[in-house]
Order: sequence, then structure tokens, then C-alpha cells
Amino acid sequence: MNDGLSTIEQQITSDYKYGFTSDLDADQAPKGLNEDIIRFISGKKNEPEWMLEWRLKAYRHWLKMEVPEWANIKYPPVDFQDIIYYSAPKQTKKLNSLDEIDPELRRTFEKLGISLDEQKRLSGVAVDAVIDSVSVATTFREQLGELGIIFCSMSEAIQEHPELVKKYIGSVVPMTDNFYSALNSAVFTDGSFCYIPKGVRCPMELSTYFRINAQNTGQFERTLIVAEEGSYVSYLEGCTAPMRDENQLHAAVVELIAMDHAEIKYSTVQNWYPGDKEGKGGIYNFVTKRGICAGVHSKISWTQVETGSAVTWKYPSCILKGDHSVGEFYSVAVTNHHQQADTGTKMIHLGKNTRSRIVSKGISAGVSHNSYRGLVSVAKNATNARNFSQCDSLLLGDRCGAHTFPYIEVKNNTAQVEHEATTSKIGEDQIFYCNQRGIDTETAVALIVNGFAKEVMNQLPMEFAVEAQKLLAITLEGSVG
Amino acid sequence: MLQIKDLHAGIEGKEILKGINLTIRPGEVHAIMGPNGSGKSTLASVLAGREDYEVTGGSVEFLGKDLLELAPEARAGEGLFLAFQYPVEIPGLSTINFMKTAVNEVRKYRGQEALDAAEFLKLMKEKMSLVNIDKNLLTRSLNEGFSGGEKKRNEVFQMAMLEPKLAILDETDSGLDIDAIRIAAAGVNAIRSKENATLVITHYQRLLDYIVPDFVHVLYNGRIVKSGGKELALELEETGYSFLKNEMNIA
Ligand SMILES: Nc1ncnc2c1ncn2[C@@H]1O[C@H](COP(=O)(O)OP(=O)(O)O)[C@@H](O)[C@H]1O
Repeated sequence: MNDGLSTIEQQITSDYKYGFTSDLDADQAPKGLNEDIIRFISGKKNEPEWMLEWRLKAYRHWLKMEVPEWANIKYPPVDFQDIIYYSAPKQTKKLNSLDEIDPELRRTFEKLGISLDEQKRLSGVAVDAVIDSVSVATTFREQLGELGIIFCSMSEAIQEHPELVKKYIGSVVPMTDNFYSALNSAVFTDGSFCYIPKGVRCPMELSTYFRINAQNTGQFERTLIVAEEGSYVSYLEGCTAPMRDENQLHAAVVELIAMDHAEIKYSTVQNWYPGDKEGKGGIYNFVTKRGICAGVHSKISWTQVETGSAVTWKYPSCILKGDHSVGEFYSVAVTNHHQQADTGTKMIHLGKNTRSRIVSKGISAGVSHNSYRGLVSVAKNATNARNFSQCDSLLLGDRCGAHTFPYIEVKNNTAQVEHEATTSKIGEDQIFYCNQRGIDTETAVALIVNGFAKEVMNQLPMEFAVEAQKLLAITLEGSVG
Repeated sequence: MLQIKDLHAGIEGKEILKGINLTIRPGEVHAIMGPNGSGKSTLASVLAGREDYEVTGGSVEFLGKDLLELAPEARAGEGLFLAFQYPVEIPGLSTINFMKTAVNEVRKYRGQEALDAAEFLKLMKEKMSLVNIDKNLLTRSLNEGFSGGEKKRNEVFQMAMLEPKLAILDETDSGLDIDAIRIAAAGVNAIRSKENATLVITHYQRLLDYIVPDFVHVLYNGRIVKSGGKELALELEETGYSFLKNEMNIA
């Protein structure tokens, strides 16, 4: 322990000596977590005192918490002292050419139709001035800046817009909310910050892709989106190409705040490394995503396509506080081989005349397990709340499992809550029908699965949807026949 | 183009086809008739390559290839089409998207370039008017909630799109209504040509009022027991299948 500490001290001092900007590649904290590591992270990022205090408070709370075990997932315990909490920029091994990429990954890229330049960027091949993503990003930023939209990394936001960050961070997902949100609050390294001023309709889909330093923001991402009165923003998270990532644990926190008449649309395509066919390796993805419809007539819509990770634990939720506010959750979760997903949503109706809609499509193949877990809660004063939930499961083969756990808590008798659920299997008849039309089994499965997921896919922005469709197909490759 | 020799096939150890012999040449329309349970649907399924059925003997040659060696999708690529009696539903998948995939997969098999959106649309419009199908139907989920007639029309549309060399129509259901019969027949007649052949499988003589066959075969108990021209169908309508039993009992 003492040895550990002195190493950290050394690192901190040496960093102070040489400054933050030089030699970033070598920047790394030692393994493990303690208050000094948190100070190290905060110091690295040159954070104001209040931010450090906030992190430490979260850490101290986290120490008293226990790993949640209620989800329908099984995995060996995570050793939180065996993780490196700061490593910047998080860069996987630099490759010199595409030939060095794992051929399987390469094949997937090709199936996705990803351009060579893009392939290089995604797999960490040094790209010399081929894609000028930085200047692209700058152009977008200028355009957004003219509208008063702030779109930057969380680290920048803490430096440049501390009053906004201070006001909203942890306001939707309190640091004490759950084990992983507390951990994230203590150690988050970066993420996105987005602020849409009153009355502004963001003219483009905001995506981390267009942000400088967007890649590899780390395993503890923190995202905060604030939409002021009457504004609108559509935000895309993630990247549709399969990212290999050596991090075992991901614990992100996303907070959305929508004021009166504001609308936030948040779309995710998650395809972290799911582990191999035997279930070895793969990401544990424990995410806390929550939005608050703070104002009247506000709207928050979550759309997610979850194809990756070995274990997914994720419940994007909406707190419908403003009267007449609307929450939506559209989800496709695919599991194959040994993947496990426990995902769903919470719709918390607090305001009057609030509405929520849940459409969940679970697809399971191999020996995977896919659970939908949803809570619809209607508070005492939430008169005329409406919810509609549709949870459909599609099974490929008979060794996988689909589970549905809907919870409903209604404390106001004017509420109308509807829940529908179906479970179906891809039939041999369906596949044979496609075969007879010249379509091979793999493509047939893709067609059937995409048909099944269509209602959710339709919610995605166009270019995203096309890639998401291909991803579903790739995830399920070899799962039938 | 199709040569079936002494074909034996069955399911779950039970032999259903007990030595089928049949030759079809380009431009011909053949009808296979026979009482329920004689093996008509089995024959259609075996030709299309349904896995449940096991071929235990004989051979099938299609355009110079050993058909039985080919995967179902390769058979389609070679130009074999089966219009299903009960086409399945695929929720969320429109006929348009389904056909776009199918047409391009078949083209890929044949070493042809994929059609782009504009070319596909042009082909689709052409075939839509040929088989007289409404665009609305094609944008809906494949066969989901379709009436019997709509399903039939959709099968015929797909047949027109894929331009098969040999089309097999499984029309074994004796409950087929007159509308569906007319639709199927109009479709077949629309795409009939000197190069293509059709095999109509039916229990029902009535269909043959609309699709006039060059040859009629009677299938009974897994064998073709009688073949003739179109007049055989008429004969069958008058006498029914009962004569078969007598003949077979003697044999
Ligand atoms: N899946 C099956 N399992 C067992 N027997 C079957 C199966 N399918 C068909 N058969 C039997 O095979 C015979 C022929 O059936 P089929 O080909 O459907 O005749 P048809 O189409 O002329 O009515 C019937 O005796 C039927 O009961």
C-alpha cells in the first residue's frame, strides 16, 4: 500500500514538473482505487476543487455500497482493485497497417461496408492526414457555436462551463444512486457535454463521432445533456463498428434534462466486444442512463440497439416530472453465444397527463440469456398517466433464454397502464421460404430479425439504422442451421 | 430440363414417394393430380429441397445439374421456384424488401450484378402490372394478415420477379376458392413462355380449366400411375379417383 502511494506521488510530481500536455501516451495511473487515485485523476484533468470534492464524496459513499445482484446475469466478481482507472489517451496498441488487424475484425468491417480510412481509425492504425476528422469537427463546432450550442467533452466543460456542470451533474443520477453510478462519479475520465439554449433546434444529429478526441473516452464515461425551454436535440452515442476494447468493465452514466417543451432524442448502438464463442473475455457493461422531463410538455426518447458486451446491465429511464411530458424507450437487445443482457427501462410518472411508451425487442441465440426488466410507476398525484409497453422476444434455437420482468406500481386510479408481451421462435418454415427464394440461411435470419426489430430500428436516424441492421446480422451469424 | 428418375423419398422413416419418373421439357405445362395423401406435396417439397424429407433413392436432374445435391437457395438460383400453398408470414419484412434481397441473391448466384434501387423499382413496376398486384400489398409485412387471394397474388408476383425456368405451383388444397385459382392461373399464363416450364400440383380439376396443361399425371400412393394429355383431367373429373383403387387393387 505504501509503495503504491509513493508511486502515485512520484507520478503526480513528475506530471506537475513536465506539464500535462507532454508525453500523454505514457500517462497512466497504477492499478487500483483509493482516494489518491481520485486526486490523481482530478489533478490530471486540472479540475476545480469542487469537482474533486464531489468525486471523493462519491467514492466514500461507494465504499459503503454493495454490488447489485438482483439482475438476471451471472459473472465472476469484478476485482475493483485490479483496474487501471486512468490512462490517457486510452489508446490500444498502434498498428502500422491494416494487415495487422485481426482478420475476423477486418471481415466484419468489410461486411459493414466501412471505408478503409474509417477502418484504420477504428482499429487504431496510424492515419496520416487521410481523414481530417479534426477539421470536420471544428467546422461543426463553429456552426453549433453560432447557435449558442455547447458541445464538447466533459473535461472541457468542467473547465469552460463549470457553472453549468456544477448545476446539473448528478442532478438526475445522484452519485449515491447505485453502486456503478457512485463508482463512475468517483472516477469518470471523460464523456460528452451538450447544452442547447432556449428555443434552439439543433440542426444536426450530435454524435461523439464529430467531437475532437471522441475515441476511447474510457470505460467510465459521463455524459450530460441539457435542453433548455423549447429546444430540440438528437444525440447519437457510440459507433456502429465493432470496437475491440481490452477494458473488462464499463460503467457509464448519462444524464438528460429537458425543460418546458424541450425534446431530447438519445440513440445508442452498443457493440462492445461480446467475448468469444466460448464466452471468454468481453465487456461488462453496467450503465446508468436517466433523463428527467423537468418541464411541461417535454419529451425524452431513448432508442438503443444493444448487440455487444458479454454482460449488459442497463435501464435507460425517464422521470416524467413536468405535466404533459412524454417518455419513450425503444430497445433492441441481441444476445448470442454466452452473452447476457438484463435491460429495460423505468418510467416514473410524477406529473399530470404524462405518457410513456416502451417497445422492447429481445433476440436471443446460442446459449445466451436476454431479460427485459421494466418498471412503470405512477405517483399519487400523477393523474391521467398513460403507459403502453410492448415486450417481444424472439428465440433462435432452443438453448437460449428470454425473460420478462415487468413491474407496475400505480398509486393513482386514473392511470392506464397496458402491457403486452410475446415470445416467438424463428421458424424453419420461415427460413425455408426465404431459402426457396434464393436467400441463404444467414441472410434469411437477418431479414427475419430485422423485421422483428423494425419498429425500433425506425426510430434510429437513417445512416445509423442501416449500420445497425448490418450489426444485427453479424451478431447472429452462424446461430441457425 | 427436369428429369426425375425412380425417385424415392420419405419422412421419419416412412416412404412416401415410391419411384417417381417424370420428364419436363422447356415450354411445357405439366399437371400432377391425385387424391389426398398420395404424395403431391411431398414431391414439391423434395424438389424444392426441404430438409425434413429424406431422399432414399433415384435421381433428379435439373438443367444438367444434380438437383438433389444443391442447397434450396442454389436450386432457386438455378431457376426453380415453388409457389407455396401456405406461404409463411414474416412480420416487419415487406414484400418489396424481401424481393429486393431475393432478386439480388439470385443474381449473385448467377454471376450478375446486383440491381440498384432504380433498376429494381423498374423491374418491380413491370411485374406489378403483369400480375396486377397493388403496391400497398407489397409494402405490408410479408403475408401478414393477407387474405387467401392476396397471398396467392403475392406468390405469383414473386414468381414473376424471379423469372424462374421451372415454376412449381403447390395447389393441393381442395378448398382453394375460385378467385385464388383465377389469380394463380392468370399469373402462370402471364409468364408462360417457350423457355420456361410449369408444374402444377393440384387435387382439383378446376384449376386446369384456367391453366391448360400439356400433360396430366396421376399420382397415387407415391407413384405416377397414369399419364396423358389434358383430356385425362376431364376424365378424372367425371370418374373421380375411385377407379384408381380398383386398378391398383388388381395390380
Ligand atoms: N411430416 C410428416 N410426417 C409423417 N407423415 C407425413 C408427413 N407429411 C406427410 N406425411 C404423409 O405422407 C403422405 C403423403 O402426403 P402429401 O405429400 O401431403 O400428400 P398430398 O399432397 O398428395 O395430399 C400422407 O400419407 C401423409 O400423411
